[in-house]
Amino acid sequence: MTRLPDQRDETLGGYIVHGVPFPVETDPDALAILKRLAPIQIEYPYQVTYLHSYGQDSPWFAGAANKHLLATQDPDSGYTYATPRGHDMFSGHETRWIDITDRPAKVHAFTVCHFGSEEFLPETPFVLALIEFEDVNTLFLTRLMGVDPHAAALDWIGMDVKPRFLRNSKLKPTDVYFIPAGN
Amino acid sequence: MRPVYALSGGVSKFAKARPDKTFQAIIKEAYDYAIADLGLDFPTFTRLVDGSVASYFSDHFTRQLMAGIMAQDYLGLCPKPGHRVEGGGATGGLCLQEAWKSIASGHMDVCVAYGFETMSHVETWKGNEFIALASDVSWDYPVGGFYSGYYAMMVTRHMKEFGTTVEQMAAVSVKNHLNAYHNPYAQKRNRYTIADVRAAPMVAWPLTRLDICVMSDGAAAVVLASEDGLKRLEQAGAKVARPLVRVSGIGRGTDAMRMSDRPHVDYDTFLRDYATEQEAASNETKAYYRKLWDHGTRYPGVHSFRAGRTAGNMAYKHAGIHDPLKELDFIELHDAYTSSEVQTYEDMGLCRYGEGGPFAASGKAFMPGIDYGLKLAEKPICPVNPSGGLIACGHPVGATGLMQGVFAVWQLQSTIQKHFGDATLQVKDARRGAIHSHAGTGTYVTVSILEREG
Repeated sequence: MTRLPDQRDETLGGYIVHGVPFPVETDPDALAILKRLAPIQIEYPYQVTYLHSYGQDSPWFAGAANKHLLATQDPDSGYTYATPRGHDMFSGHETRWIDITDRPAKVHAFTVCHFGSEEFLPETPFVLALIEFEDVNTLFLTRLMGVDPHAAALDWIGMDVKPRFLRNSKLKPTDVYFIPAGN
Repeated sequence: MRPVYALSGGVSKFAKARPDKTFQAIIKEAYDYAIADLGLDFPTFTRLVDGSVASYFSDHFTRQLMAGIMAQDYLGLCPKPGHRVEGGGATGGLCLQEAWKSIASGHMDVCVAYGFETMSHVETWKGNEFIALASDVSWDYPVGGFYSGYYAMMVTRHMKEFGTTVEQMAAVSVKNHLNAYHNPYAQKRNRYTIADVRAAPMVAWPLTRLDICVMSDGAAAVVLASEDGLKRLEQAGAKVARPLVRVSGIGRGTDAMRMSDRPHVDYDTFLRDYATEQEAASNETKAYYRKLWDHGTRYPGVHSFRAGRTAGNMAYKHAGIHDPLKELDFIELHDAYTSSEVQTYEDMGLCRYGEGGPFAASGKAFMPGIDYGLKLAEKPICPVNPSGGLIACGHPVGATGLMQGVFAVWQLQSTIQKHFGDATLQVKDARRGAIHSHAGTGTYVTVSILEREG
């Protein structure tokens, strides 16, 4: 009869620990010192691959890849969303797609991020801005380029801007960014 | 609905990192303190409590799903009923209100609300990334997800529309840090000047590191009871301070996750749907608002928290408050950013929209008897964040709203000296206070009113 393995391979974890301090005696009095032990901490990488669907918002990304800035609109009220929504928040109706690439646009609010989430740290300092469009009811969050991040000024609010698209789409909302309209 | 009393509470020391204990054991520190403050022992309280509500924001920080049941288990509360609530930064406020509902509805007579967050398990920039995942991952996060950046955008709009200044915001930082100097539970206890705040490293223009709360490890717990529950606890030997503290009003509001989707309503809609009782009754205020709208202001836009106004109005109506500035003796307010404290003054009706900046620097929200090193034109009327708030106490998200509840109970019981070992932060003759809990750019906001009976 084949003998089944009854001992685990001890090198599978990728590291080997030696010599963790511990009392020689293990009676309750000797073990009382364990209450004074510093906490043991281990550190390890944690990574996932995630499949994200843009669902009903997908056409926006196809539009940006083709250098068109799309928005959605309630067909009855005309209420228009710069950041697309599949359904209108007031009527509940399904929205339709419209093209706002050439609409006059302005900076509504902005900040310069000198610090950030890990993913974006290498890009600091960068300018985040909310953009307002003529005859559009809601705003669009984007990166603002062509301004000096070290010279931030409230005067940037109200600045006329225009969209610019990445030549090579990444199918992300950053496929479009904005620059001063005069550039 | 039955009357609901907040009987006791406990808070763990908020710290940058607590590797000495797992989250369950940190919660137990706060929980045991709340039980001991009732004069009960652990087995007696375990026998008498009907159930719990658990509060924590992120499964990412713990890398543990169902942490709530692990806490329930560790506290010896199984098989009693319990559940977890989550609503970003407002999680603690929501938790307290869920516990309130359990009592008010008659479902329970004694309910404990406990919460925690352990944010030290990842570096700060990864923590910011986790938090930024609480923004739309299709549209907001990929653009540069960073909550400090989101709030900074809101305040640049506030500054542009209303003339709010960075120095006015810095006054909030000076106030809250110095208040915390007298609070042993706080993580940051420092005296700063306006110049210090402005000279601190810039994080997201115009917010510096001292305009922004820090990440923390910590826990808090509050014990709520009905009259029957109180009787049951006292028959078992509990020593509950008199006069009692009652949770006399709760309110909640919400807003769109994406700031870009927030409406910009006209003057008439604002007055009809959002104005406070005071605003709607004042011709002078209505004329002031008409002028704002004539100059282009629209509500709430990105400069105001519609959820906060909704929650405040609801809670005030519930508690019978008509003039919050005069009828509240203190507010523990969710100041994750100095800017959001300024904006929230307006939402909670302490001043009019557009006047949050001058209000912040006026002195009205400061504690009496503390030398802040600032020239304050007005005397304190309603101290805001006498504890030091999130900016100085720290913000272990799931614990924060409950920490506010604990500090409010102690204020109303007049036991700050007992719990802090220092009476400086005791609001004299505090009869009624509000706690305000707020999630990501104002998506969920809760306001709860606590008051001393008699």
